[in-house]
Amino acid sequence: MTGSHGDRNTPARSGRNVLLALLPPALAIWSAGCTTEGITVVSWGGSYEEACSKALFEPFSAETGIEVLVEDFNGGLAQVRAQVETGNVYWDVVDLEMADVVKGCDEGLLEVVDIDEFPSAPDGTAARDDYFAGTYSECGGGGLYASAIFAYNRETFPNKQPSKLEDFFDLAKFPGRRGMRRTPVANLELALMADGVPTDDVYAVLSTPEGVDRAFRKLDAIKAEVVWWETGAQPPQMLADQEVVMSTAFNGRIFNAQVLEGQPFTIVWDGQVLDYGQLAVVAGTPRLEAAKQFLLFASRVESMAAIGRYIAYSPTRRSGMSLISTHAETGVDMRPHMPSAPENLARALRNDPDWWTTHADEMTERFSAWLAR
Amino acid sequence: MARTLSRARLRAAALTLPLLAFVGVTFIAPLGSMLVRSFHEPHVADALPQTLASLRAWDGASVPSEDTFRILATELRRLDQQRKLGGVATRINRLAGGMRSTIMDTARALRTAEPVSWRETLTATDPAWGDEAAWLAVRRAGERYTMRHYLNALDLDRDSSGNIVAQSPDRRIYLPLLLRTLGVSLAITFICLILGYPVAYLIANASPARANLLLLLVLVPFWTSLLVRTTSWIVLLQNQGVVNDLLVAAGIIGDDGRLALVYNMVGTLVAMTQVLLPFMILPLYAVMRSISPMYLRAASSLGATFWQGFVRVYWPQSLPGVAAGSLLVFILSIGYYITPALVGGRTGQLISNMIAYHMQESLNWGLAAALGVILLLAVMLLYLVYNRLVGIERMRLS
Repeated sequence: MTGSHGDRNTPARSGRNVLLALLPPALAIWSAGCTTEGITVVSWGGSYEEACSKALFEPFSAETGIEVLVEDFNGGLAQVRAQVETGNVYWDVVDLEMADVVKGCDEGLLEVVDIDEFPSAPDGTAARDDYFAGTYSECGGGGLYASAIFAYNRETFPNKQPSKLEDFFDLAKFPGRRGMRRTPVANLELALMADGVPTDDVYAVLSTPEGVDRAFRKLDAIKAEVVWWETGAQPPQMLADQEVVMSTAFNGRIFNAQVLEGQPFTIVWDGQVLDYGQLAVVAGTPRLEAAKQFLLFASRVESMAAIGRYIAYSPTRRSGMSLISTHAETGVDMRPHMPSAPENLARALRNDPDWWTTHADEMTERFSAWLAR
Repeated sequence: MARTLSRARLRAAALTLPLLAFVGVTFIAPLGSMLVRSFHEPHVADALPQTLASLRAWDGASVPSEDTFRILATELRRLDQQRKLGGVATRINRLAGGMRSTIMDTARALRTAEPVSWRETLTATDPAWGDEAAWLAVRRAGERYTMRHYLNALDLDRDSSGNIVAQSPDRRIYLPLLLRTLGVSLAITFICLILGYPVAYLIANASPARANLLLLLVLVPFWTSLLVRTTSWIVLLQNQGVVNDLLVAAGIIGDDGRLALVYNMVGTLVAMTQVLLPFMILPLYAVMRSISPMYLRAASSLGATFWQGFVRVYWPQSLPGVAAGSLLVFILSIGYYITPALVGGRTGQLISNMIAYHMQESLNWGLAAALGVILLLAVMLLYLVYNRLVGIERMRLS
């Protein structure tokens, strides 16, 4: 290499200089990622994430001094698995649907937490007994109910209005197109309930081949009139445009349209499928202590109820319902809008994440084949 | 002298090292690891080594011996304590639906049981253990190297005696989806060509000022967010949408006869064609601009009609652009899934939606990888055919 000594402008050398120049910022970014000062919490974006920011992330930072960095994702465990398998974990806490908490826990992608460490209810009930049955898992903390309901636009039905789940499947009484989410989850349950299966038996019936056939037969009855939606924002839009006469939806989205946008929508709570999610700590995070601290904070009944001041999702702990108050911005009483309000629970099914973890693949394949026919 | 030259060449080659490293780390390595996943599944084999060893001697026709039951119970217990059972159960579940809960329930029961007969205890917990099917599923899930993801991706499966059979009709989805994806992509490519060719011709032969304006009209939608464009199509095409309203107002259709233009194949074709049209027009325009108008003039001065001149003189010269544009649109539309998912309704699902499902939700990365490989092979096959028909060396982007 003697020839290149005096020559300061060889490409190789300037390349090395560029690398050297880039080194300090790269080191800074790297070390920032390694501090224990902040944790990264991954959430769903939109109005739900805003609610969590105000009711959960900011109060947590104020109390502990631990900064919360928020990232968005679209659910699922793919990124979590990729991080855990490569040993490069940069997410600390993830907000997951319950079936994913169960699956992630099974696969060792999430840290196990001890529910006996969770803060007890204001009246002293232990967290274990305060959570509704089946709404906590070995790897989850916090927790909110969101519900799959169906809603209609009052302008579409000025006279006779749907009032029960059976009406959704009754084309003779309520003709017109219906919106449904393009997934077997919750739809098979709705079909069976509308076909007369009591809520307690739905998953037992679905566990038999005849039960699955029965659910699909019930869906067959309205198949020709169904518009399949993909994202949560679509149902309120389709109802407002009167593209469909009724649609299944997440209750929080319909609440926003009703209360914040003044849309003439009504939710039919009869036959609702209660769905829920929890926060979970990614296995192997270098910020385990801070992440667990956050999980405990989010598991307080007060934290869960605080989120319910911004969005119509309710705590999965029994003592939470009494702490529900008004909407933080409009002052609307949130109680009647909550999935777990007693009057909304007259006929309600709680989604069984364990059943879905076992049967999701089969059902999804069958559902896709059914759709294409 | 020669040494200096070769050193310079070496240095130049060294300059491409960052790029090579980048491609290696971000493209080749992940692609390779996904490829390997499509046939390599060591998870169950590593977790249940003794059970699998004891099943190797089993005839598969009757329920295994008490000894096998004992070995399985011991290994399930160990995995349960190590918190590794879930992953194993999920993988066996893919071969026989319901096995996940069978295994999880059994492990839960084994936490307290101290059985005399393992066989009785296990079958009492879940009768599935009394059926050979459960054991066959365990044995097959334990194959370290397996073709089953490829079989499943082609709607095939193995029956209990190991013969390859077609999947039951209500679970056959991947082949129809693959064919639909290819069909939709071909249709979109064709429509884009029909619509894009005259536009590109117009731009290439317009005065510079007008050409700039027209190009801008092509590019503005190109710069607009994909989601915005897709949702705009919903607003335009839906039942109570602009197009139907106009048709009703003009008296062409009655109010009860509104056309279904979205949430079906029509919506998919319209929206995807609009989204991908620039990818056809731009390469066409680039090639057409280099075709001198002299050729057509010469043709007509020799007595050719416009059509004769076009077919025999202009079209062959524009072919490299046609080839490039078609290939670009075709390849892009094969991987598309947001647009069809939003406007496609019941039939809008394409193969990439299923790949995404297995990547993100079911975490069956083996099947996702196999589907990806099959899609890649299908595209390469089409590419070869295309090359024979059009000739890839004639393709030009400008």
